[in-house]
Amino acid sequence: MRNETDSRFFAAPRVLPARAPARPRLDPRHLPFMVTLGLFGVMFGAGSIAFDGFFSLQVFLNLFIDNAFLLISAVGMTFVIISGGIDLSVGSVTALTTMVLAHLVENRGWSPALVIPLVLLMGATIGLIHGVVIQYFSLQPFIVTLAGMFLARGLCYLISVDSIAISHPFFTDVSAIRYPLPFETSVSVNVVMALGVLLGAVYLAHFTRLGRTLYAIGGSEQSALLMGLPVARTKIFVYTFSGFCSALAGIAFTFYMLSGYGLHAQGMEMDAIAAVVVGGTLLTGGAGHVLGTLVGVLIYGTIQTLIMFEGSLSSWWTKIVIGLLLLVFCLLQKVLARAPARQGSTRAARQDSAQPHPVSSPIERTAQAGG
Amino acid sequence: MSAATKSPGASRASESLRALIRGRLFWPLITLALLLSFNLAFNAHFFSVTVRDGHLYGSLIDILNRAAPLMIVAMGLTLVIATHGIDISVGAVVAISGAVAATLIGGQLSPGGGAPEAAGHPMPLVILAALGVAMALGMWNGALISFFGMQPIIATLILLVAGRGVAQLITGGQIITIYHTPYFFIGNGFLAGLPFSLFIVSAVLLFLLVLTRRTALGLFIEAVGLNPVAARFAGVRARAITFWAYAFCGLCAGIAGLIISSNVKSADGNNAGLLFELDAILAVVLGGTSLNGGRFTLVGSVLGALIIQTLTTTIYSVGVPPEVTLVVKAAVVFLVSILQSDRVRDRITSMGKLGEAL
Repeated sequence: MRNETDSRFFAAPRVLPARAPARPRLDPRHLPFMVTLGLFGVMFGAGSIAFDGFFSLQVFLNLFIDNAFLLISAVGMTFVIISGGIDLSVGSVTALTTMVLAHLVENRGWSPALVIPLVLLMGATIGLIHGVVIQYFSLQPFIVTLAGMFLARGLCYLISVDSIAISHPFFTDVSAIRYPLPFETSVSVNVVMALGVLLGAVYLAHFTRLGRTLYAIGGSEQSALLMGLPVARTKIFVYTFSGFCSALAGIAFTFYMLSGYGLHAQGMEMDAIAAVVVGGTLLTGGAGHVLGTLVGVLIYGTIQTLIMFEGSLSSWWTKIVIGLLLLVFCLLQKVLARAPARQGSTRAARQDSAQPHPVSSPIERTAQAGG
Repeated sequence: MSAATKSPGASRASESLRALIRGRLFWPLITLALLLSFNLAFNAHFFSVTVRDGHLYGSLIDILNRAAPLMIVAMGLTLVIATHGIDISVGAVVAISGAVAATLIGGQLSPGGGAPEAAGHPMPLVILAALGVAMALGMWNGALISFFGMQPIIATLILLVAGRGVAQLITGGQIITIYHTPYFFIGNGFLAGLPFSLFIVSAVLLFLLVLTRRTALGLFIEAVGLNPVAARFAGVRARAITFWAYAFCGLCAGIAGLIISSNVKSADGNNAGLLFELDAILAVVLGGTSLNGGRFTLVGSVLGALIIQTLTTTIYSVGVPPEVTLVVKAAVVFLVSILQSDRVRDRITSMGKLGEAL
């Protein structure tokens, strides 16, 4: 037994230099992120060559302006997915936020200064409830957030089945603000908001104790528990944060669309999940980078921009291309997860033990581990 | 109590029977009965079934007819969930199947009004094509999951995202109206006084019941769901079973797509079967099949689908705005999944033991 383990430990350094000579050590788990970054470069480059006017700073910035709300909710989703869970409610919580904002501001005449903190609190509370139910009843995150998704959409329609246009001066003013940048370009308030969330999330995930706990839970919840990490607290925080992000995305969406509607952000949860996965975060949890999500969202935006520039292609191609990209990245992650196993590194051993059998989803596994 | 006074053999039989009912179909049946009696309280004619033109009409028939697509999809999904998987792409497959059928059947409105009999392609061919495409999509899911080892939720997420795009691609992004009259029979026709769709449901149910309860296949599926590694060591072809479960689930979604497109006489790539996967999962869970895989009940899933449809009909008939349906469904999902959780189960059993001790 012991000899076997030892040979496994020593096999890696003997084999690795031969395979990857003079290359800086690259964690195979960071490879998806590199691939994503490369893919974004290739796609944007291809667009620049194919279309006049594509290669400009403003087109690049528009990726941020048009997808700020997606970025905000995808950041929240990244945390959830790193922890090994999933949140299907983000799209409907975003829609609910636009609805509550529009209703309270337009129909009730409340002040935005009061309504905005209120909706943020509402989003966080919905997330908190998800987290508490998932943690304390050890239910599968996917079924709990599914219920949350139904609930939030339903509440939208309870407020109104029609779209509520927003004409409050605060919202029209804020949505008109453009922060000027060099070369006669500009960005909107949403972009500043989204980048703020992103930076905060990067700090939280990669430079704090909470972030390390998060990765530990995603890697193996049981191990995290045995290590004495605050698993329950962190998991609940993750869903609360995702709910908060969804609400913030809803505010950004309101600035973008200037209306509240129950059909807003339909299917955004899938876009967010796709962005996170394409960004290189493992859906099994435990690996990934928040910045990857940014690149994932940018790729999503680039696909849309390419289709728009092409002109003859219809919007549904976005869905098909995103689906294909999802497929490619999932297969890539599968291959990468297997490759180190042949080299016999300890990391691979951990990866294998994290996947007890092929047909078990991470969500279900988490549910079992938590039980 | 009464069981104790009987002979030991009979008591064991009745106990096992009771355990079976308690564990699986008891709660779905109670829920359905409660919902139906609630309806009766509001509408005295709820249970009345009238005969018009040799067809049966009534609220119950209506519920059965409307629940048909959901019942079929729920059955397919039950097998998938029994193998410890999930298929969230059924809504997209429903849309694709409808889109394929509507595009192939074609048919045009004649200038004199009314629908001509002529179809773009013969109807059996169209049905086979739609079902074939649906099953191929199911096989695609199955291949990704059983042969590439992808997690079910992600593999089917890919089809969920791309599938609607494909459906829109087939219909050209438009809602395609179907004018071919014989096609309407699938979703609107009556056979022997009953809606034709019910015969499809019965056929699927019967087929599955025979397959899973009269052969060892049901046992194999449960074995795979409980522990695929152990199942493989025991000689069960776990991969093949998983693969065919998804293929069959796709086929079921295809049948549902045919019924829905025939019922509404059109195919809408964007909205057909929207959120259908959620209703189907809810139906399976309501029916008493655990999402953790293993033991499953097809009849339970059918009951689950009926509960959802009855709930929807109830909300309409009581006069509550239909928007509430989603909120009620959410509450039901929360409640059912919390009741299914181990924590609550343990507490209930411990309370039961306490009661026995007293």
